[in-house]
Amino acid sequence: MSTATTTPTSNVTKRLSAIGKARELGILLALVLVVIAATAANPNFLFSADGWRDLLLTPSILVLVAVGQAIVLITRNVDLSVGSVLGLTAYLTGRLFIDFPGIPIIAVFVIAVAFGGLLGMINGALVAFAKVPAMVITLGTLYAYRGINVLWTGGDRVNASDLPKDFLALGTEQFLMIPILTIIALVVLVIAGWYMKNTRGGREFYAIGSDPAAAELYGLRVTRRLLNAFVLSGALAGLGGVLYAARYGTINSQAGSGWELDAVGAAVIGGVAIVGGVGSVWGAAIGAVLLLTINRALPILGIPDFWQRAVVGVLIIGAIVLDRVLAVRQKRKLIEARDDS
Amino acid sequence: MSSITRTTPAPASVRGYRDYDRPLWKRVLLTREMAIIALLVIVVVVASTTVRGFGQPITLTYLILDVAPILLIALPMTLIMITGEIDLSVASVVGLSSVITGVLAQGGMPFELAALIALLVGGVGGAVNGFLVTVVGLPSLAVTIGTLALFRGLAVGLLGTTAVTEFPEFWTDLAKAKLGATGIPLVIIPFLVLLAIFAVLLHFTPFGRGIYAIGLSKETAAFSGVKVGRTKFILFVLAGLVSALAGVYYTLRFGSARGDNATGMELQVIAAVVLGGVSVFGGRGALHGVIAGVLLIGVLASALRLANVTSDVINIITGALLVISVVSSSFLAWLRTRRRSRRQSAGGEPRVEVSTAG
Repeated sequence: MSTATTTPTSNVTKRLSAIGKARELGILLALVLVVIAATAANPNFLFSADGWRDLLLTPSILVLVAVGQAIVLITRNVDLSVGSVLGLTAYLTGRLFIDFPGIPIIAVFVIAVAFGGLLGMINGALVAFAKVPAMVITLGTLYAYRGINVLWTGGDRVNASDLPKDFLALGTEQFLMIPILTIIALVVLVIAGWYMKNTRGGREFYAIGSDPAAAELYGLRVTRRLLNAFVLSGALAGLGGVLYAARYGTINSQAGSGWELDAVGAAVIGGVAIVGGVGSVWGAAIGAVLLLTINRALPILGIPDFWQRAVVGVLIIGAIVLDRVLAVRQKRKLIEARDDS
Repeated sequence: MSSITRTTPAPASVRGYRDYDRPLWKRVLLTREMAIIALLVIVVVVASTTVRGFGQPITLTYLILDVAPILLIALPMTLIMITGEIDLSVASVVGLSSVITGVLAQGGMPFELAALIALLVGGVGGAVNGFLVTVVGLPSLAVTIGTLALFRGLAVGLLGTTAVTEFPEFWTDLAKAKLGATGIPLVIIPFLVLLAIFAVLLHFTPFGRGIYAIGLSKETAAFSGVKVGRTKFILFVLAGLVSALAGVYYTLRFGSARGDNATGMELQVIAAVVLGGVSVFGGRGALHGVIAGVLLIGVLASALRLANVTSDVINIITGALLVISVVSSSFLAWLRTRRRSRRQSAGGEPRVEVSTAG
């Protein structure tokens, strides 16, 4: 799968990269349709202060986690521990404010992101040095990090009253009609998108995911890149944890549990292939927004939100089937192109 | 099938290739499976002597009742993972079959028929996974993340937040009944039957050898006459059926059909299977190791709970055990290759280089 890595030499590759773009466009279209349908059913879905805010605010945290997950998936790995990392950093955020009254908010951000990055580095080191499949390692750390979290909280929890008002305001306030959390998520998304598309490091993630053995032979520093991918994923989950604390105020030991599957699901819906090398963080982000927007749209469309997971499931399956169809068509075109020449 | 027998490498010869010049006792005792079994024995002995109340029959009863669904699902999961695939949707099938049993029984259908239909639904669910993986050719990790959400969504959608709790007493009692005064629950009998079926299927039939062959190399297996697609499809259907059976049991054990029954159990099953020595890359693993892996996690949890250790520490230990077990085996493999290359450079007999997946 090389829509993104081939140099545009012929008409065919151009057409192929168009298909690659259409992939994210399709998801975006689905998202727009959901929003239009829900707004038609109830204009408040979009055209009220709360509706507009929720539309942007609700997916912001998952977008961050999904971007990190997408980077790891592109290297042909997976990070199942992101939910636990998010929960752990969310509680850490609460503890920092409780144990060090008057601590600057920016310091909390830095500490939490660094802590998330450290947890990610543990995953990455185990995966990269021990050459053990990421699924097993991060399944192990999913349990371990969550266990540490529950042990640490010990039935305790952080309440909104424990957190400074300025910090909580971050979770709800808006700037020019756009929630601050959304702005943070967008900034991260733009940086990550630019990094993945234009820098050597980003391109190497794709190269490693497309063919790890070839990347190794070619002399890419696979170990270091893998470590980077997991650190990024952990750090973004850590950032998600701080924002989770700001958004919800109450943090118990179960914060973020189950998010790993939502994050992988969002990336897969957004066209990131689980076999590595394909997709973009943009797609993953749109996937995350679609996933959570559907959740809010269903009751408005008259479908009990109990069915939400079923719809999400159909969506994930539909997205990967679509990917497969596109890949098969692409292969056929490549063969045609070869036969023509 | 006879052509398969002749052309595919038997699992014994696969491992034999790897342990070619090691003495027999090393080959039998120094395996991943034996290490887990030894660890299990040590934990049982230590727990029985140090933890008060662990040796009592009631502990054994609850231990088996608790791990029964995981034991059941671990059987087909082992086979699927040896082919190099994975099924994340098993716990959702447990929930779905639980809900379907509940909804149908509530609607006045005899319980036995409701349970049978739930089993069928589980089989159909497995067939959906199998179809998407083998016919459409999608990666099973992605497919089953999708069906995980889909089946769970159907389960929760059908019952909402309500629960069905009316079931024939005969069946709910049977799910918790014990064999005389031994403290061993009756549920062990169907499990042993299934274990026998799966053990024979995996370790003593051409079909089973095909499973290992697929995990080692799909292309080679296909060239050797193994029906790769058909084998995988059958395994996914089996996983659906057994998960649905576990769902019916789960419903009876707790006397409650709920949409969120057994949420997250897929991760517990996979953790136990991996701990038991099955490689996520496929081609490696055995049922006795997996059973030991499930029991090890169960015994640890039960002993620690009796020793008043909270479930969180148990989670940490489970996770750490999983990580340590896989990292240590790859560390040992690294040591072995290093020793070998050193011996080689020192002028010793040359040895065949082995791949160390796992």
